[in-house]
Amino acid sequence: MRREIPIAITFIVGVVFAVSYFIPREPFSEFESQFGDWFGIIAAFAIWLGAMNLMKISIVKIGRKSPDYFYSILIIVSFLMIVFFGFFEGYKGIYADPQFSYRDAGTGFNWIYEYIYSSLSATMFALLAFFVASASYRAFRARNLEATLLLISAFFVMFGRVPIGDMLTGWLPDGYTMSGWANWIMSVPNTAGQRAIMIGIALGLVSTSLRIILGLERSYLGGE
Amino acid sequence: MEQFGIWLAALLTIGIISFLYKDNILYKACEAIFVGVSAGYWFVTYFWDNLYRKFYLGIQGAELSDQIFLWMAVALGVMMLTRLFDKIGWLSRWPLAFIIGATAGLYMMTYFVSNAFVQIGATITPPPSMETIGDKISFVLIAIGTFCGLIYFFFSKEHKGAFGGAAKVGIWFLMVTFGASFGYTVMSRMSLMLGRFDFLFGEWLGLIK
Repeated sequence: MRREIPIAITFIVGVVFAVSYFIPREPFSEFESQFGDWFGIIAAFAIWLGAMNLMKISIVKIGRKSPDYFYSILIIVSFLMIVFFGFFEGYKGIYADPQFSYRDAGTGFNWIYEYIYSSLSATMFALLAFFVASASYRAFRARNLEATLLLISAFFVMFGRVPIGDMLTGWLPDGYTMSGWANWIMSVPNTAGQRAIMIGIALGLVSTSLRIILGLERSYLGGE
Repeated sequence: MEQFGIWLAALLTIGIISFLYKDNILYKACEAIFVGVSAGYWFVTYFWDNLYRKFYLGIQGAELSDQIFLWMAVALGVMMLTRLFDKIGWLSRWPLAFIIGATAGLYMMTYFVSNAFVQIGATITPPPSMETIGDKISFVLIAIGTFCGLIYFFFSKEHKGAFGGAAKVGIWFLMVTFGASFGYTVMSRMSLMLGRFDFLFGEWLGLIK
């Protein structure tokens, strides 16, 4: 019951999705569409599970007065704030005339998205630039041919994407400046390497998917 | 309200950047806000896009069989939430099995076509715009690089002799790819950082017109 039913579900759903690729007709196309909706609905509950778990952990931290419980309060407040606006304005928008979406410009949800969420996510990702650069400064050493190739390619791509690269190599003929070399690296050796990786991933994905559908791979069910 | 938003965004941006100096209260506070807002954002978005649109609107006026089908999806979704309770947590395996099965079945074919067939086709089919000698050399280089890269990933035969040589060439192409990906990632992050500085010095302080 705990293992057999999930394995049966995986098999049936996996086969339906795989077969519907080859037979895009009834009943498979209908099943694919219905299961597509199921996928979205279950994904919504999965997101809810994650959010509720976050709340549960934060509340426990506050209850225990853990050292950093102040941050848990911030997590809960910011979560509730955007959820309130999202539900309230979403509900209001359905019954308004004309209807509007909770995401439309001028809504509280959009305001939080624009000034809080976007600012924080962009800065958070931007911060990685410094860490990647400092890590590479320590790790990048031209010890052998392979490491040197990596270093040179990264150097050309980075300098080819900024004006100083072309300024320094402006005396070279057209197409041989830093940006020209960067474009060539991106479109020739990089394409070759990416294709090899993509084909490798696709083959690996097919074999792993088959193992999952046939019930040979069961690690997703956990240890019990 | 817009001005307040700009000031708040500037404060949050500085709070995150302050981590470059050292871990501090302002950064941790901004991080906590980011975690809460992100979770809430997806919580709301998935509710309206999937639960409301696909389920609630889906059952309106639908045939009984379709309604039952949608209710079954909700039942599976609710089972997902049982993971929060230790005793009945095993029930969450059913919806998880559905997600895993659907992903495996769907991606098995779509990825195979888009990532294997299409890429192999593009590697062995000369493009119609191949006019100069440079284009022809590039086409041959891509074909050699892809083939040698694949040989490197083939572990069922020992990398020795001509096979090992080809695998070595494959490594060179892969190293150039990793370097290019690294450079590209750094520059995209730099571009984001420039965007944030542009916001701070332009929209917030008004120093950049």
